[in-house]
Amino acid sequence: MEKQATLPYGKYVMVWFGLLALTALTVTAASLHFGKWSVLAAIIIATVKSSLVVLYFMNMKYEEKIFKIMLAVAILTLMVIMVLTFADILFR
Amino acid sequence: MSYGSAGNALPLNNFRTTKTRYSGIFAWIFSTDHKRIGILYLISILSFTSVAIVIGLLMRLELIAPGETIVKPETYNALFTLHGVIMIFLFVVPGLQAIFGNFFLPILIGARDVAFPRLNLLSWWCYMIGAFMAVLALFTGGGAPDTGWTFYVPYSVRTSTNVSLAVLGVFVLGFSSILTGLNFVTTVHRMRAPGMSWFRIPLFVWASYSTSWIQILATPVLAITVLLVAFERLFAIGIFDPASGGDPLMYQHLFWIYSHPAVYIMILPAMGVVSEILPTFARKPIFGYKAIAFSSLAIAFFGYLVWGHHMFTSGMSDTARWIFSLLTFLVAIPSAIKVFNWVATLYKGAIQMSPALLFTMAFIFLFSIGGLTGLIQGALATSIHTHDTYFVVGHFHYIIFGGTGFAFIAALLYWFPKMYGRLYRMKPMYIGWGLMFVGFNALYFPMLILGWMGMPRRYYDYIPEFHFWHVVSTIGSWILVSGIILIAVEFFRARKHGEIAGDNPWGGVTLEWHVPSPPPHENFDVIPQVTWDTYDFEHGLPEKTAEGASHP
Amino acid sequence: MSTAAHADTGHHLEHHQDHTGAKIGMWLFLFTELLMFGSLFLVYSDYRMQFPADFHYSASTLDPLVGTINTLILLTSSLTMALAIAALDRNRHRVAVRLMGVTIVLGGIFLINKYFEWSAKFAHDLYPGSETLSLMAEGERQFFNLYYAMTGLHGLHVLAGMIIIAVMLWLVARKPRQKYMLLDVKPARVALQDDSERNLLVLPAGEDLHEVHVTLVYEKHEELSRRHLIHLENTGLFWHLVDLIWIFLFPLFYLIT
Repeated sequence: MEKQATLPYGKYVMVWFGLLALTALTVTAASLHFGKWSVLAAIIIATVKSSLVVLYFMNMKYEEKIFKIMLAVAILTLMVIMVLTFADILFR
Repeated sequence: MSYGSAGNALPLNNFRTTKTRYSGIFAWIFSTDHKRIGILYLISILSFTSVAIVIGLLMRLELIAPGETIVKPETYNALFTLHGVIMIFLFVVPGLQAIFGNFFLPILIGARDVAFPRLNLLSWWCYMIGAFMAVLALFTGGGAPDTGWTFYVPYSVRTSTNVSLAVLGVFVLGFSSILTGLNFVTTVHRMRAPGMSWFRIPLFVWASYSTSWIQILATPVLAITVLLVAFERLFAIGIFDPASGGDPLMYQHLFWIYSHPAVYIMILPAMGVVSEILPTFARKPIFGYKAIAFSSLAIAFFGYLVWGHHMFTSGMSDTARWIFSLLTFLVAIPSAIKVFNWVATLYKGAIQMSPALLFTMAFIFLFSIGGLTGLIQGALATSIHTHDTYFVVGHFHYIIFGGTGFAFIAALLYWFPKMYGRLYRMKPMYIGWGLMFVGFNALYFPMLILGWMGMPRRYYDYIPEFHFWHVVSTIGSWILVSGIILIAVEFFRARKHGEIAGDNPWGGVTLEWHVPSPPPHENFDVIPQVTWDTYDFEHGLPEKTAEGASHP
Repeated sequence: MSTAAHADTGHHLEHHQDHTGAKIGMWLFLFTELLMFGSLFLVYSDYRMQFPADFHYSASTLDPLVGTINTLILLTSSLTMALAIAALDRNRHRVAVRLMGVTIVLGGIFLINKYFEWSAKFAHDLYPGSETLSLMAEGERQFFNLYYAMTGLHGLHVLAGMIIIAVMLWLVARKPRQKYMLLDVKPARVALQDDSERNLLVLPAGEDLHEVHVTLVYEKHEELSRRHLIHLENTGLFWHLVDLIWIFLFPLFYLIT
C-alpha cells in the first residue's frame, strides 16, 4: 500500500479555524474604513486565505516539486497578463 | 531514387485491424487509441479545411475586378468571416497538434498511449460538436456571422447575424484544445520510456509540449471572452457595451491575450515538424538541439508579452504602445535561433531529396518572409501605415499558410508512410510543390505590395490603381489550388494503392521508425530502453534499416 | 484471434493508475479555471478603477451578512471535503461517505442563499437589461453586470462540484464487484462474465484449444478505495478551487463599501 497522502484530521480543523479567523479579520477591516488601503487589505487577506487553502486543503505543501513549478508558471502568466494590461489602463 | 523497400503486404497486426468492442465506424469514433484519434482529426480537419479553401477561392474571384463580380457585399462579409473562423479555429489551431501530435507524440517518447485516452476521445468529440455549432450558425438565426473571425465588440453584439451560436461553438472548441493540451503535458511528464530523458525527446515533442502549455494557459481567456459576448447578446449583461460604461478595448485586450499566443499554437508544432524532417534527410544530428528546444519554450512564454501590437491604432495608451512594440521584437530572437539552427543542420549533411524536404525548405523561406514583414508591423511608426491593410493579410498568410500550411503538408509527406504503411509517387508531389510554391508567392506577395500602397483589408471594392495586383493575386490562387489538388489526389490514391513503404522508408532514427508501418495497437510490444541521443545516426538507427534498405 | 481477446481482457484487469499523473492533469485543468476567472478579475479591476465611487455605492446595496454567511459555508464545506479524503485514505468508508454528504448539503445551502439574494435583486428590478438598471450610472451598471456574470459563473461551478461529489459518493458507497462466473466450458466456446453479466473474456471455438487458465482477481474493498481515492482527491481539488474563487469574490463585491 502507498503511504498516506493526507494529513491528520486535526490539522485540517486547525487550518479551518485559521480561515474563519481571517474571514472575521477581513469583515472587521472593511468596517473600519481605511479608505484607499481597505482594498489592499482585503486582497492581502484573501491571498493569505487562498494560500492556506492551496497549501493544506489542496495538499500543495506536500506535493512533488513539479506541481509547485507548474503552479508558479500559471500564476506568473496571469500576473504578466494583468501587469501588461494595466500598462494600457493606467496611462490611457 | 526509389524509397519503396520492403515486402508487398502491410503488417497484419496493425492499429487499423485491431479488434475492439465496437465495429464499423464506431470502432473509430469511440476509439481511445491515440492513433485512431489522430486519423479522425486528420479526416475531420481536412474536410473543414477544404470548405475554407473554396471560400478563399471565392473571395479571390470576387476581388479580381473592382465592384460587384460574383457576390453581394453582405455575402462577402460572411465569406471572409467564415474563411477566418474555419481556417483559424478548425484548421490551424488544432491542425498539427491534434493530428500529428496525437498520432506521433506517444510513439516518439516510447509510450503506448497518451496519459488520458478517454479525455483524448472527448477532445475530438468537443471538436466535432464545436465545429458543428459553428457551421450551424451559418444557416440559422440571422444568418452567417459577418464580424470577421475576431468578433470585435460592439459590432459583434449589435449585428443581427447568428454570432451567439458561433461564439458558443468557439467556446466548445476551446475545451477541445484545452483537453489536448493537458493530456500532452501530462503524457510528456509521466510516460517517457526508460532512458528517454528530457534532452533526448525529439524536438517535435518539445514543440508540442510548449504548444500544450499555451493551449492550457491562453485558451481559457478566449473562452471567457467569447462567453461574455454571448452573455451580452443573450442576457443583456453588457460588460463591453460602451453605452453602459463598458470598455470595448478590454474586449480587444482579452481577445488578443489569447489570440496572439494562439499564433504560436499554430506555428510551434510546425517548427517541430521541420526539426524532425531536416536531420532525417540531411542524415546528420540536428544542429543546436538544446537551443531549439529552449527556443520553443521561449516562444511560448514571449508569446504572452506582445498581444498589444494588434491594438496600436485602437486608442491604447502611448506607454502601452511602446512597451508592446519593444516586447514584440523579442519574439524575433527565438524564431531566428531556430531558423539559423535549421540551416546549419543542412550544412555538410548528406542531403537526400524528397518532397517532404522540399516543403520544409519552402517553410523556412516563406516563414522568413513572414517573420521579417512582421518586424515592420512590430515597429510603431511603420505599423500605423500598414495597420488594417493587405500588408497584414499578406504577412499573416506567409506565417500561417507559408509556415504552418507548408509544414502541415511536409508532415503528411514525412509521416504518411508510417500512418498508412504505403508510399506515394514522388513525381506528382514534386510537381505539386512547384505549383504551390509559385502559386503561393503569386497569391500573397501582391498583397504585401497592395497593403503598402494602402489597400485596406476586408474591403469589398477598391480603386482602379489596385486592379493589376489583385488580378495577379487571384491567378496565383488558381495555381496554388491546382497544386493542392494534385497533392491531395495523390495522397488519396496512395492511401489504398501506394507501394508498401516498409518500417523506415526515409532511414529516420526517432522511435516511430522503430515500429512497423502502420504501428500495432499500443505501439510497442516491449517498451524500448532508450540508450542513444535523438538524431544519433550512428546508434539510433533501427537494426533492420541499419543493414541497408533505404541508403541511397 | 484468441490472442487479441486475451490482450484486451488482460489490459482491463491490470489497469494500473498513475496517481501523480492524474493529479497533474487535474492541476492543469485548475490552471484553466484560474486563468478564466483571472480574466474576469482583470475586467473587474479595470472598471473599478474607472468608477470607484459607483462601485462603492453599488457594493453597499449587497448584504455583507449574506456574503459572510456564504463564505463561512464554503470554507466549512472545504473542510468537510478535505476530511472526507483523509477518511477514505484511512479506509473509513462510512465516515468518508457522510462527510461527502455534508459537503453536498453545504454547497446546496450556499446556492439557496444565492438564490434568495438574486431574487431580492430581481424584485428590485436590478438585473441586466432591466429598466431601473439602465437608468443608473455607468459604474453601477457595470458593477451589477460583473456581479451577475462572476457570481453566476461561480454558482455554476458550485453546482458542477456538487454533482461530481454526488457521483463520487455513489461510487464509494457502492459495493465492489466480486463475483465472476465461468460459463460454457464446452469445446465450442469459453466465456467469463462478472455479476453484471458483462463479458470479461470470450474465447472463440478453436480445435487447438485444450486448456484455459484463468486468473481471477477479486477487488477488495480497500483496493477499490485506493482507486477511488485519486478521483476523490481530484474532486476535492476542484471543490477547493471553487472555494478559492469565492475567497476573492467575497471582499471585492461585498466589502468595498
